[in-house]
Amino acid sequence: MGVKLSCEKQKPIDEAIRMIKPGSRVLIGGFGNAGDPKRLIDALCSSRIGGLVIMSNDLGSPNVGLGKLLTNGQVRGLIGTYYNWNPEVATAYNEGRIFVELVPQGTFAEAVRAAGVGIPAFYTPTGVGTEIAKGKETREFGGKQYLLQEALKADVALIKAYKSDKLGNLVYYKTARNFNPVMAMAADLVIAEVDEMVPCGALDPECIVTPHIFVDVVVQGGEEK
Amino acid sequence: MKPIPEDDARRRIAWRIAQEFNKTESPVFVNLGVGIPSMVADYITNDRVFLQTENGILGAGPAAPDEAADPMLINAGRIPITETPGCSYFDSCTSFGMIRGSHVDATVLGAFEVDEEGNVANWIIPNGKQLGVGGAMDLVVGARHVFIAMTHMTRKGEAKIVKSCKLPVTGFGEVDFIVTEFAVFHFKEGRLFLQEIAPEVTIEDLRGMTSGQFEVSGSLVTMAIPESAREI
Repeated sequence: MGVKLSCEKQKPIDEAIRMIKPGSRVLIGGFGNAGDPKRLIDALCSSRIGGLVIMSNDLGSPNVGLGKLLTNGQVRGLIGTYYNWNPEVATAYNEGRIFVELVPQGTFAEAVRAAGVGIPAFYTPTGVGTEIAKGKETREFGGKQYLLQEALKADVALIKAYKSDKLGNLVYYKTARNFNPVMAMAADLVIAEVDEMVPCGALDPECIVTPHIFVDVVVQGGEEK
Repeated sequence: MKPIPEDDARRRIAWRIAQEFNKTESPVFVNLGVGIPSMVADYITNDRVFLQTENGILGAGPAAPDEAADPMLINAGRIPITETPGCSYFDSCTSFGMIRGSHVDATVLGAFEVDEEGNVANWIIPNGKQLGVGGAMDLVVGARHVFIAMTHMTRKGEAKIVKSCKLPVTGFGEVDFIVTEFAVFHFKEGRLFLQEIAPEVTIEDLRGMTSGQFEVSGSLVTMAIPESAREI
């Protein structure tokens, strides 16, 4: 039985990043510049680990945040919803350097959740008949068309939370929550960057958003929220 | 006909849409897109109107003044906003559950084109420079009512209300209202009706600026516009 000791969850950032294999599918939390694990992203950029498929809402701005991974040439492909904030994405795609799979934001969130809760695929009304639907199966329910979306599972999730207790129970801060609790369920290895570590019992059990069962590694970032 | 400066046009559209929500007596849940739609928040005066932004807050307040801006409290357009009493935060799945699950009464979105069948194109101009869909497709199928807030024509003077969308469509037959600086249109049973007309223009002027077919509602009225400079 490989029962983990709770204190082993906290690791230095570099050690946590070394657990990521080249070519991994990596979920990364955040929306705009809120709720992305900035220190983990910086360390991933410095590591030069390559061939990554980044699964995130957006890709920051050119050479900023997640954008740096693309500028560095560490990205093989992107699965996400909105890259208009980073024109380098369209350029890299047009030049054939990366693949891009655009998924409507609600479908993306639900596909990540599905992966985390053991559901292989689901039907959604979003995007029926549009360019997003190309190559996807449709099916009628109650006289309406729906699109089949497969779950989006990852090897690694890098997420951002506000506080963690020693077990890895997480709480979030305002709109920095976004995709983070969902991604926490959908990867084999989940690394959470947090601003603050607190003792067990310091977080109100009624207010814990991500129970520690989902979290493998916690790194302390500091500042932010 | 005197042209309306673009900033005034944008404020007029946002203000007009806000009046639609301000008249409610029961709680109404509204999602605002980026651009003109986000300006609607500045004219909401009824505390029964609850603003949802898809990045995870219900009960969003207006934009935050610079000194109070919190970079971790933003709307979907990445603009720092404020809380209102009773607001709540949630993850992206719950947020789109509210939207796709028809719990959100209305969404206000911008558009490149709307056609006479209520199809809307507002997610991409295929010019090789942009790659993004965001929440637009979820919002048009999920929200109970879809309001399009857009200037009547492009800066080049081309009609945006067209016969048939040429750009990639976001959702088919989903639009309920179009509000421009010159008119309010309403889709009823798949037909487009002119419901309100701004004081500066005639129906003939509108036909000249609109390439899609529309019918004139039997109850056509003059479009309400902000009364004073203070209001806009």
